[in-house]
Amino acid sequence: METQVKMTKLAKCAGCGAKVGAGTLAKMLDGFKTHTDPRLIVGYDKSDDASVYYLDKNTALVQTTDFFPPIVDDPYLYGQIAATNAISDIYAMGGEPKLALNIMCVSDQMDKKAVQEVLRGGYDKAYEAGLIITGGHTINGAEPIYGLAVSGFVHPDKVLTNSGALPGDVLILTKPLGVGILTTSAKADMVEPEVMDRIYKQMATLNKAARDIMVKYSVHSCTDVTGFSLMGHGYEMAQGSGATLHIKSADVPYHPEAYELAEMGFIPSGAYRNREFAEAGVKNVAGISRALEDIFFDPQTSGGLLFAIPADEAEACLAELKQAIPAAAIIGYVTEELDASIYLE
Amino acid sequence: MLDARGLSCPEPVVMIRKAMASKENEYVMVVDNVTSKENVTRYAEHQGYTVSVSEASGEYTLTMKK
Repeated sequence: METQVKMTKLAKCAGCGAKVGAGTLAKMLDGFKTHTDPRLIVGYDKSDDASVYYLDKNTALVQTTDFFPPIVDDPYLYGQIAATNAISDIYAMGGEPKLALNIMCVSDQMDKKAVQEVLRGGYDKAYEAGLIITGGHTINGAEPIYGLAVSGFVHPDKVLTNSGALPGDVLILTKPLGVGILTTSAKADMVEPEVMDRIYKQMATLNKAARDIMVKYSVHSCTDVTGFSLMGHGYEMAQGSGATLHIKSADVPYHPEAYELAEMGFIPSGAYRNREFAEAGVKNVAGISRALEDIFFDPQTSGGLLFAIPADEAEACLAELKQAIPAAAIIGYVTEELDASIYLE
Repeated sequence: MLDARGLSCPEPVVMIRKAMASKENEYVMVVDNVTSKENVTRYAEHQGYTVSVSEASGEYTLTMKK
């Protein structure tokens, strides 16, 4: 349903495009005092999707939070997408989400019904994911914000960090790129409604199916491709793993409409921040076009999982994934560390 | 001269797109952030214009010629 006030008109940035750049954050936190704890399996140091804390030999706690301003005008859809995006970080660690808290900011222009619809979207996705929203915190502010702080569990031996990719692994991506470019273009009325319906549906699709299939195989490393783009998250995986990711550019799935819109400059500012962060580590050996590069640097809201799996298991895993997620694709492979973190081939 | 200072993406591109409907051989636009500079450059090049950029105190002046 649409309310009288267009939700996206209340926000300056679209979805994950609002994310502060990875480089900026790392610099700000540099040198802060923190406790060390051997039970902290994954902390901030590896720029991972979520933190992981050892509880006992069968259980580790996974925690994450994510929230952003409206990316769509329909408040119910916005709530669904924000929740899907927040829960995704638990799946990216190989975990199962269990508990969540709402994080919400309500602006004066939102009526009671719109607020309720945003929350209903969040609760519906939480229900689908099998997790319970136990409370939260809501404030008034200039721009609407919605998201979740999510806790989940994973077996301590089965934590999937973004720093475990090994030479010989194959890379699989589970959702097509181009979401940031298309949502930016939609703000300028440059995209057909049917196309945007496809994008909205994708953003509101949980990475649950991808996670549930992935954990059946001996996956070495996983991350979800969100605000930092395929290149930014890939760069972090390569750096953390001490390896080089080779992306077979022609095999990367993206929404075809995004290509010409990228050529026309309908690119969110997050894509340029991602370039600034990761470009030095990316070698465009295939000489791919600037528009395709822009798609690879495009911030994704509620994007798919990117994971590294041994080559001999990749085809079986992909075949199983494709039954649930037809767009899933093998997009490259991993080698020992070369002179760049990412090769675009 | 087109003034897109203070505007954020995608508004500067929308502005140049509307302006270029008049199909003149030269346009000049001033923007105040890297995203707008890059995006307007891409749009102009897509329309067959050659773009030159000059920067002064955080503002970019884009000259687009056919």
